[in-house]
Amino acid sequence: MRMMHRVHKCTSDPFTCTGLPVTAAHGIALAVVLAASVSVAQAQAGSAAPSIIATMLKWTPLLAQGFALNIAMSFLAMAIGTVFGFALGLGQVSLLAPVRKWAWLVTQFFRNSPWLVLLFYCMLLLPFEVRVGNTIIALPGWAKATFGLALPVMANVSELVRGAVQSIPSAQWEAAEALAFARLQTLRMIILPQCIKRMTPPWMNLYAILTVATPLTSVVGVSEAMTLTGDILSSEGRTELLVPMYLYLLMWFFIYCYPIARATAALERRFAVR
Amino acid sequence: MRDVHKSFGAVPVLNGISLEVMKGEVICIIGPSGAGKSTLIRCINALVPIDSGSIEVEGRELHDPKLDKLALRRKVGMVFQQYNLFPHRTALDNIMMAPIHVLKRDRASVEAQARALMRKVRLEGKEDFYPGELSGGQQQRVAIARSLAMQPDVMLFDEVTAALDPETVKEVLATIRELARDGMTCVIVTHEMGFAREVADRIYFTDRGVVVEHGPPAEFFARCRDPRTRQFLSQIL
Repeated sequence: MRMMHRVHKCTSDPFTCTGLPVTAAHGIALAVVLAASVSVAQAQAGSAAPSIIATMLKWTPLLAQGFALNIAMSFLAMAIGTVFGFALGLGQVSLLAPVRKWAWLVTQFFRNSPWLVLLFYCMLLLPFEVRVGNTIIALPGWAKATFGLALPVMANVSELVRGAVQSIPSAQWEAAEALAFARLQTLRMIILPQCIKRMTPPWMNLYAILTVATPLTSVVGVSEAMTLTGDILSSEGRTELLVPMYLYLLMWFFIYCYPIARATAALERRFAVR
Repeated sequence: MRDVHKSFGAVPVLNGISLEVMKGEVICIIGPSGAGKSTLIRCINALVPIDSGSIEVEGRELHDPKLDKLALRRKVGMVFQQYNLFPHRTALDNIMMAPIHVLKRDRASVEAQARALMRKVRLEGKEDFYPGELSGGQQQRVAIARSLAMQPDVMLFDEVTAALDPETVKEVLATIRELARDGMTCVIVTHEMGFAREVADRIYFTDRGVVVEHGPPAEFFARCRDPRTRQFLSQIL
């Protein structure tokens, strides 16, 4: 019963983050499912084996390490994808037709490719080390995978930028033109600042999607939380652990991503009013 | 402006418009909706390129392919029907942006000028308000101040009171009236006949992309000859 209490406490995190009763309700529901699956698994195992919860706790530090890699990859992929996606999005609204067409093509290509396929390509095509001058920089699997995840993020950010720029009324361009602003000045000082607000909620949404997609990298051998959960399960060799262990992993992602989803929804509501 | 033609796709909008505005003169362009008034006024600062004819502004030929559009627009101010203020900047910032970033003037002197302009359009105390927090009439006066901050030679007004309620129309017209009195060259597209009669040196009546008739207000309103003008005036007055 003491253990159960601990699990429950974890899931109530979103509640303290956003202070929304709905969040608490959802968190509690998840905790109940987890608790139920733990007790079912415990019943299957019988009382001789170490308790499921004790096993979970034993592996928690390792799982946390793996999860930290998931978060690191999500941060990096988001940063890289945002920088390149921004440039690509601006290319899509360029006045130069060739720039516009290429930016559109690249965006469409990466936006409509399965993330997993892009991951595979990056693992296969990127070298395991790159030479910059005289120094050799090793490219570990997780770095290549991060790059692979950054590609679809880039394409999605590109579309966000294009959509936001085009959603600004043309009268804003006209007013800036009449004041003798050059096109790039107009974009930088008048159009983009108005876009940032519109882009923030979908951009956060994209980040949450990216984060829950990071376990894809387990398929290409990155030692993140999903891979480690598999490793833990095979070393324990207890089939009754399967369901609770993966559910436990799921809970980590849920606790991390759910507040982001709530915050996104809250921002959307706030911006909609104005 | 001589014999200006402009089509949007297959639709002809201007069919040989000619008009002339002297320095310090105020002209009003009137006419039914769809007469091409807004297009006409947008040709003057090269927001809309013309198909044929010629426009000369302060010695600059607009049809010249080497025309420096930005240099032209620094000298020609424009105020729009929908104000088109920049919603992410305060009223004062709206006024200051172009002088600082386009004319590269020093911030302190621009700010002093912007504050003076806010006083001139009687919006003292509203400097730090965002456009969304101001009424339509107040926004339009900020828009006028924003244009004036560029110290233009000519001001274009495109139905600047059409989106306002009758109360606020007065405040905006008063601002334009003062400008006209100060000797600013103004081209005003308007539906306010009383105002046109009062401030204009000359009135142009346009319909279907041509100038039907023009003249000083007293003469224009008293003795217009063309049936189209008469019909329009009888509907509106």
